[in-house]
Amino acid sequence: MSVGLAQAMGLQFTQDWKLAVRSRSDWANPMIFFVLVITLLPLGIGPEVKQLAAIAPGMIWIVALLATLLSLDAMFRSDWDDGSLEQMLISPHPLPMLVLSKIAVHWLVTGLPLTLLSPLLGLMLSLPEAGYLPLIVSLFIGSACLSFIGAIGAALTVALRQGGLLISLIIMPFYVPVLIFGASAAMRAVQGFEYHGLLVMLGGFLALAVAGAPFAVAAALRISSEG
Amino acid sequence: MLALKDLSCERDNRLLFEGLSVTFGAGDIWHIDGPNGVGKTSLLRQITGVSRYHGGELRWRGRDVAECRYEFAQSLVYIGHTPGIKKALSARENLHHYCPAADTSALEGALAELGLYGFEDVPCFRLSAGQLRRVALARLALASEPFWVLDEPFTALDVHAIAALEQRLSAHAARGGCVVLTSHQPVNLPVQRLALGDYSVVPA
Repeated sequence: MSVGLAQAMGLQFTQDWKLAVRSRSDWANPMIFFVLVITLLPLGIGPEVKQLAAIAPGMIWIVALLATLLSLDAMFRSDWDDGSLEQMLISPHPLPMLVLSKIAVHWLVTGLPLTLLSPLLGLMLSLPEAGYLPLIVSLFIGSACLSFIGAIGAALTVALRQGGLLISLIIMPFYVPVLIFGASAAMRAVQGFEYHGLLVMLGGFLALAVAGAPFAVAAALRISSEG
Repeated sequence: MLALKDLSCERDNRLLFEGLSVTFGAGDIWHIDGPNGVGKTSLLRQITGVSRYHGGELRWRGRDVAECRYEFAQSLVYIGHTPGIKKALSARENLHHYCPAADTSALEGALAELGLYGFEDVPCFRLSAGQLRRVALARLALASEPFWVLDEPFTALDVHAIAALEQRLSAHAARGGCVVLTSHQPVNLPVQRLALGDYSVVPA
């Protein structure tokens, strides 16, 4: 059945979207983790506004990063188990484009909700007013970077029975720059400095990730399916 | 349609087969046979392009497959041992994913043909193993692709479904299509047997 590339990407997107919406734990777990950790934080280190405000942008960013990390293993796991991945590999359409659809869905169900939740959690950590906009914008761009980069790790470890820890080890070094630029954008805004340059850098990371990651993921999936 | 020349397969440093040359022609039904672990599934994965082949050549309608990957992929239906059925989706949704051009009545007809009438909108995790396989095989009723590669299609099917599938396969061959399948059960069709392990090609 020959369909166009756009339609094939659309089909992949709708299927993944339906699956994500139906398996609640996949998208709810990272969010619950995110909310729980941030809620516990003031209980653990004390409710002093000054102290909390100082660590708020960094903590929100770190926990968002860890929450994304938690969700990565599931990205290609079920496709691997039920044979859908084989069908993607032999599809007439370019694998990187199908992968792009999958990553987009992953971001929509993890990165985007985390971004939307972040102002609420900022409130809990008494984030100063100036920090909200840069925090949201940096998470919006940064979480997309995390999905794209993380997909490479997920694709490399999909053939392993227990790839969870390995993903973290492979991906963490690549997450570090995103974390540094994202967290310091919000931090600098709180301190009253100029932060737009950092967001522009994050945007640059995202452009690079969107352009490069799907190809790396496609290559990694082919390597994984060799075994 | 597809010609294999001197194909070899290596897995975990073990040579599964080498020097395999055979031509799957239009109107043929090929039954790949052999004991467990001899490389039947590996062979299917190589000819479909799921995994790379290490030695030898694959020619699709006279051209190297690497040069006409798009045309080849458009002419291919591969239903593997794990057939790519999403358990959280219904039979209808699964089938629509693979056959987006088919309309509602065509989808329902394809499912009904394999005895899934009334199960169209049941999530697939509620179906039995045999019913799941039927959902995967329902694709064949809607497939316009000429080259079908089926890995153990008869597994978990009951006698009625096996008969329906055999009818579908012979109709496909009669229309000039080509079927390559593996099976441990005898196939009640005029097949050509390719016995892996001793590389012999047994004519029908």
